[in-house]
Amino acid sequence: MTIELPCVVNRESIVLNVHPMARLLDVLREQLHLTGTKEGCGEGECGACSVFINGKIVNSCLVPVAQVEGAEIKTIEGIATDNQLHAVQQAFIDCGGAQCGICTPGMVLAAVDLLERNPNPTDAEIRTGLAGNLCRCTGYIKIFESVVRACQER
Amino acid sequence: MSASPNHPIGKSVPRKEGRKKVTGQALYVDDISFAEMIYGVTVRSSVPRGRITNISFAGDTPWDEFTIVTAKDIRDIGGENYVALILNDQPYLADEVVNHAEEAIVLLAHPNKYLLEEARRNVRIEYEELPAILTLEDSVDKKEIIWGEDNVFKTFLVDKGNVDEAWTNADLIVEGEYFTGAQEQLYIENNGVIAIANEHDGVTVWGSMQCPYYVHKALIKLFALPEDKVRVIQTETGGGFGGKEEYPSIIAGHAALLSLKCGKPVKIIYDRAEDMVATTKRHPSRTRHKTAVTKDGKLVAMDIEFVIDGGAYCTLSPVVLSRGTIHAAGPYFSPNVRIRSSAVATNIPPHGAFRGFGAPQGIFALERHLDKVAKAVGLTPDEFRRRNFIQQGETTATSQIIREKVDMAGLLDRAFELTGYHEKRQRFAKENEQSRVKKGIGFATFMHGAGFTGSGEVYLASVVGAEATSEGRVKILAASTEIGQGTNTIFAQIASEALGVDSDLIEVAQPDTANVPNSGPTVASRTCMVVGKLVESAVLALKQTLVGSGLLREDYSQSEFQEACRTHIEKFGPLKTFSTYQAPPNIHWNDEKYQGDAYGAYAWAVYVAEVSVDSLTYEAQVEDFVALQEVGRVINPVLATGQIEGGVAQGIGFTLFENVVWQNGRMANNQMTNYIMPTPADIPPIRVYFEENPYAYGPGGAKGIGELPMDGPAPAILNAIENATGVSFDHVPLMPEAIMENLTNVLHGITL
Ligand code: FES
Ligand code: FES
Repeated sequence: MTIELPCVVNRESIVLNVHPMARLLDVLREQLHLTGTKEGCGEGECGACSVFINGKIVNSCLVPVAQVEGAEIKTIEGIATDNQLHAVQQAFIDCGGAQCGICTPGMVLAAVDLLERNPNPTDAEIRTGLAGNLCRCTGYIKIFESVVRACQER
Repeated sequence: MSASPNHPIGKSVPRKEGRKKVTGQALYVDDISFAEMIYGVTVRSSVPRGRITNISFAGDTPWDEFTIVTAKDIRDIGGENYVALILNDQPYLADEVVNHAEEAIVLLAHPNKYLLEEARRNVRIEYEELPAILTLEDSVDKKEIIWGEDNVFKTFLVDKGNVDEAWTNADLIVEGEYFTGAQEQLYIENNGVIAIANEHDGVTVWGSMQCPYYVHKALIKLFALPEDKVRVIQTETGGGFGGKEEYPSIIAGHAALLSLKCGKPVKIIYDRAEDMVATTKRHPSRTRHKTAVTKDGKLVAMDIEFVIDGGAYCTLSPVVLSRGTIHAAGPYFSPNVRIRSSAVATNIPPHGAFRGFGAPQGIFALERHLDKVAKAVGLTPDEFRRRNFIQQGETTATSQIIREKVDMAGLLDRAFELTGYHEKRQRFAKENEQSRVKKGIGFATFMHGAGFTGSGEVYLASVVGAEATSEGRVKILAASTEIGQGTNTIFAQIASEALGVDSDLIEVAQPDTANVPNSGPTVASRTCMVVGKLVESAVLALKQTLVGSGLLREDYSQSEFQEACRTHIEKFGPLKTFSTYQAPPNIHWNDEKYQGDAYGAYAWAVYVAEVSVDSLTYEAQVEDFVALQEVGRVINPVLATGQIEGGVAQGIGFTLFENVVWQNGRMANNQMTNYIMPTPADIPPIRVYFEENPYAYGPGGAKGIGELPMDGPAPAILNAIENATGVSFDHVPLMPEAIMENLTNVLHGITL
């Protein structure tokens, strides 16, 4: 059983034809080929699948697609505008915030979200702001540095 | 000298594939699809040891729609049912018997993932259970013989001087026993592959992996195919840490067996639970030390017994054991050293490569033990080590003469200065009396050898190629993989420095066994030092060819270089040069006696940890961490620092967070919700410092660094916890329950 489900993905209005209980993560990756959203755990622990729904960051592995009817979704593919990297993305490149890169889309979104809520976070606020995202490569230090750099560049 | 626009070595050139990664454009294996592609899953054993008595396909699954593969299919294609590695004892698919829980028995493929999941549950396998060995201790005690004649995969003996005679000359003999647990690599991208196999073209595999040529070697045997009929391509890899060293050979074989049978591309991606429960982990270990010292604190003899739990099959255990054995006596000089080591079998999923590869286990035991010895002779931990640090010209446990400059005492001084070690020791001792939270500071001193052990590099005989393109660019051809550690970027820097052209002109080819030579596996901290050196010599040979042909003068500009490449290709066709590994002079290794130059070069390090232990909640936390190391020349400071920080974080996890819970030979907490790795909120500031002492045979003077940071955290943190609480712990992971038990005992005056 599939349903028609209108929504906006990365500023583009679309109508999805989906099983209502399909995970948003799978719909994004398999139907829309937005493979920048990653699956690390499938249970809401790692944040690799982070996306924005109506401006709020969520783990798309836990979201049944039926919940996004009419919603505005933004994925990592929608963060850079017109080939111009977001300050956070540039900072990740400059500061070494990405190593293997598998956590990076989620981390970038979490950092963007943090800076939108709090343009000048303290060190402790950065740590708690990113606490829902796991990275096994960097030990997080360069990711914290990336966030600080992005604040300075904005 | 050629006109180098900039000398990139030593500069933080941005990661080559950085832009792809921050925009989500980098393609990992699960991001790739092929027309007609279907999915594969693995049906696994539910018992740790047993005879398979029946396999049935039950339920209302439409079985005729499924591709089903068992061990019989491997016989039918004339293949070998083992994963070719060291001893070839591990089957691709269990046939008749299973030797561990979660061993692969049946493979299924179908276009619909959801049906596939149901089908997996509808395969019924019956067993006649056999007695199993589930712990290292039971295996050593031979409670049951489950592998070979004695449960032993491999033993080593390192023997220097005469330990047995040394006991009589000692003022003091100190003994101790230490344990380390299993640890999951927990790369955030699970294992995955796509395979296309058919009789005509052979087998092609794309996947997340560290060592394409390991997979290549294994698939040749599994399918009984000639080398050129098997092709292995590494896709962007979301972390490895050793966990994608040997395991990808298995999942690649499985996908290819399914693809051959159904005639379609087959993708297998493990979910987190399957990856954790079924794939390799760090070898648990037990180390016993007996140490003789003089009353003024000089080591007289070290007798070390090192045992690791290899799990059900041999896999890489002999090599892990080798590295662990050689590192077990650390950066100290003792005239008499004996290390007896063994890797034993248990009926749990095989343990495998994980960053450090045996060394973190042995170093943990040694550093903990030396604190005990220091206390016994009445010296501080640092003073005791100062009296025993190995000096240039002295010999290691394997009787290797340290020819390079080494200054462990100098590193220790600097590390103490950076951390205010002595001042803090005094201050914490005072403050702790009054406070619920006890603070402590501790350190570990250690070394880590880069490259394959002993004659390993000579046997590997790695090859790297350099190819000029008609656009005047240079392509590096190597099977060494980018797994996040920065291979692409440092190779480009090394080549750019050697050629004196911009690093943007250097491309690093995607590792694909059809297009790149075998530069060896991406392991053992060898990629920069060993393979990087080959990159340097391959591009220098390319330049020499251009100069020799008269198309390029010795002193050239970048555009002249590009022009020369173009003209050479026009005139003579493709231009490729290759470079093959040659051991540096004076490297001798005796495999029989396990004596000689174990490694071409060592990195030397002092790590200092500051901790707090809450005496009410029994939680231990790392508050500050300083990692100081001498690693030769640093090629790329940002990447190198990132390697150390990441390794330290994994080391903190190994020490205080990551506890594999075993139930009947199976990991019971195989989820990220209950196997806990450090989050951004758990990590202290990690301050990384390098001392640079260029190594003559490394590219631009570099040595290896990848594994080093895994060695130091566990002993440094436990030494700090001892400083904080007065209790000496002998095992990791150290969970709050263990701290509670011991601290309560101390409070109640019970000594253990
Ligand atoms: S995949 Fe969604 S949180 Fe890990
Ligand atoms: S960069 Fe590899 S998991 Fe974060």
